[in-house]
Amino acid sequence: MIKVEGLTKRYGRTVAVDDISFEVQKGQIVGFLGPNGAGKTTTMRVLTCFLPPTAGTARVAGFDVLEQPLEVKRRIGYLPESPPLYPEMEVREYLNFVARLKGIPKRDIPRRVEEVCERCAIGDYRDKLISKLSRGYRQRVGLAQAIIHNPDVLILDEPTAGLDPKQIIETRELIKGLAGEHTIILSTHILSEVEQTCQHVIIINKGKLAAPPDTVENLTRRLRGAESVAVEIEPRNGVPDAASAQRRLEQVAGVSRVLPRDGRDGRLLFEVESLQGRQVRAEIARAVVEAGWNLTELRPVALSLEKIFLELTASEQAAGGER
Amino acid sequence: MRNFLTIYRKELKSYFASWVAYAIIAFFAVVYGYFFYVATAIFVNQSFQSQMMGRGFPMDMHEWVIRPLMMNVSVIGLFVIPMITMRLFAEEKRSGTIELLMTSPVRDAEIVLGKWLAATTFYACVLAVSALNLVFLFIYGNPDWKPILVAYLGLLLQGACLLAFGTFISSLTRNQIIAAAGAFAACLLLWVFEWVTAYETAGWARVVSYLSVLTHFEPFAKGVLDSKDVIYYVSAIFLGLFLTVRSLESLRWRA
Repeated sequence: MIKVEGLTKRYGRTVAVDDISFEVQKGQIVGFLGPNGAGKTTTMRVLTCFLPPTAGTARVAGFDVLEQPLEVKRRIGYLPESPPLYPEMEVREYLNFVARLKGIPKRDIPRRVEEVCERCAIGDYRDKLISKLSRGYRQRVGLAQAIIHNPDVLILDEPTAGLDPKQIIETRELIKGLAGEHTIILSTHILSEVEQTCQHVIIINKGKLAAPPDTVENLTRRLRGAESVAVEIEPRNGVPDAASAQRRLEQVAGVSRVLPRDGRDGRLLFEVESLQGRQVRAEIARAVVEAGWNLTELRPVALSLEKIFLELTASEQAAGGER
Repeated sequence: MRNFLTIYRKELKSYFASWVAYAIIAFFAVVYGYFFYVATAIFVNQSFQSQMMGRGFPMDMHEWVIRPLMMNVSVIGLFVIPMITMRLFAEEKRSGTIELLMTSPVRDAEIVLGKWLAATTFYACVLAVSALNLVFLFIYGNPDWKPILVAYLGLLLQGACLLAFGTFISSLTRNQIIAAAGAFAACLLLWVFEWVTAYETAGWARVVSYLSVLTHFEPFAKGVLDSKDVIYYVSAIFLGLFLTVRSLESLRWRA
């Protein structure tokens, strides 16, 4: 459905997107994951024909974004990072306007507007001015705007940014509900969002693909195989000291690495990483207690996106070095 | 065609959704009313005097009232036009709604044309409200309506031409204040070009003067419909709109 080959976008001297290639099949939900400034928005803007690529090609439903932009635009629903709303319009008026803009036949417009209002749960707000809506409802109107012409491809730029937790859950459910009929690309910098809504993930960093596009399960398995645990020990009369505690932890079977961290109130804090596929929490607890020390905290540390990036970029460099 | 109408209707609606539109109409009406009063007062005064001196010839109402009034009004137009065009594209760029327009299956030219025609329609409304003053002329006198119509056509053409340039300037920035200031500067420039011929008669001065919107408005104010002036305005409109379309395109390449 979407095919991007060697896509590069330069703004003056800065390279926003550097030689990206990926493909998205029909009906997939793909998460576009990356830190701020990674080139997510730029890639999406190229796909929506808002920006032309500097080099490379992007095709949506078989149409090239440069050669047949009108055909591409007809098949794309786009929700930019800040929903493109006119505050002086009422919700229904706005949706009517967008429906006409997207070329929906006149007689179908009222029906489509009703449908998307219901779908996005904004039915009760139909006659409200957009300027009076809360952030969450604006986002929904933005989403309604994107799906009103029933596009083959939906492109959502950070659809949950700036929402409260309840709204985030609702928006995710909404997006999941749209899957199947539409091919969806959504960008985010939150890993858990990708896990919860997407089947496939494309990780992008500094304008480059950080890992080949993969399914979410594969990626998490690869990254979550190793466990990371925070261990806090309270020394009694200066025993143990940091060095001996670290040595003891390193001896636990299955531990790959022990990193000292800043503990509070004189307590010692370590971050212990396990080898691939090993559960080490029980052993660590036993080791500390058997040494006669006070174990004050033992907690699994979630791998943050930042770390995943570090790992991915590190492994890429390593792979590059081998070649 | 349909896309163009969609943009046009939305734009026109958003003009009248804001109090600014009514403020502009009111401002224009007040200033117009003042100039109308002054012109009529002078006219009445003069006719009294000429009657007392025994010269009973009928004075030309168009020459004494309409023409100076129209010349003044065309200058007020220069001040009103930046207020009309400043938000056209600048606001869409600031709020990000330009992304909606430019990712919809609509041609750039349709967007530009819709917006410009909405602005021109609004300006026509401003002129129409001010024309109410002239009703008094018809009640208390019998001016010729044809030259008045020509003068109004001139006002509309001049407005449409400046609005096209204002639209272009609005598409260059995301700041409405800058858009307004830029449009005002352009209007001012196109106005003062006319003055060059006052102290210089060389060929270049005639060319510069020819570029002024006011040079071409004068015949309209007299009630003369000259094709060369109509052609000037129409081609200036084309130029302004063409530049706007280009600027929208370049937005894609620069953004």
